[in-house]
Amino acid sequence: MSSTDTPKRSMRTPLGRVRNLGAAHSGTSDFWRQRLTGVAMTLLMIPVLVIIMMLLGRNQAGAAQILGSLPIAVIMLLFIIASAWHMKIGMQEVINDYVHNEKLKLVSMMLNNFFSIAVALASIYAILKLSSGV
Amino acid sequence: MALSIVHRATGIALYVGTLLLAWWLIAAASGPAAYANVQAFTGSIIGRLIVFGYTWALMHHMLSGIRHFVWDLGFGFKANEREALTWAALIGGIVLTVLIWIIAYAIGGGR
Repeated sequence: MSSTDTPKRSMRTPLGRVRNLGAAHSGTSDFWRQRLTGVAMTLLMIPVLVIIMMLLGRNQAGAAQILGSLPIAVIMLLFIIASAWHMKIGMQEVINDYVHNEKLKLVSMMLNNFFSIAVALASIYAILKLSSGV
Repeated sequence: MALSIVHRATGIALYVGTLLLAWWLIAAASGPAAYANVQAFTGSIIGRLIVFGYTWALMHHMLSGIRHFVWDLGFGFKANEREALTWAALIGGIVLTVLIWIIAYAIGGGR
């Protein structure tokens, strides 16, 4: 391709064009994952509501038995993973919009990651413990 | 209608509310005493109000999110369509919340 084909050719390199990739520094991957996890949770909403209804009014032994069964544990795990991921990206967007101090922003981003991962891991651990019956 | 801020606010409420979900699951895995604590909280007036509010936040955020999926797919951009989608999310969220609580009470959540 000769330079005469594109008279107003950009002087920026392909790398320079994508460098920084927006406020979250991750391009459109968070946008896509936010939709992916949102659709996943929408599809899982009815099964999850049914599970919660099944647990109403039961004591710990009854609840543990239901939550420990394989299909229910899998549905809960999928929902937990999708929620944690979705809320981490969502809060990141909120921080990017409202927190303008760069240092405070970094701290908020870290806390957001810590919180989301801690909630996810604690919930996943609980489900796995119930499934293994330990 | 400017409901995008409600989508955001319900999102933040749900973010904090996952603590309740995690507490409940950990308690179920811990034993009868821990689980009884959660049930005492969710059975109290304050607890019930929080869980009711959480149900609404979840239902509204989901429907409002579906509204965003419709826009992502390139539909519903006319003024009247935008209004209709927004009202559907607003009314639908309240209707679903009430419906879920009626079913929950019928099943035994009121015990």
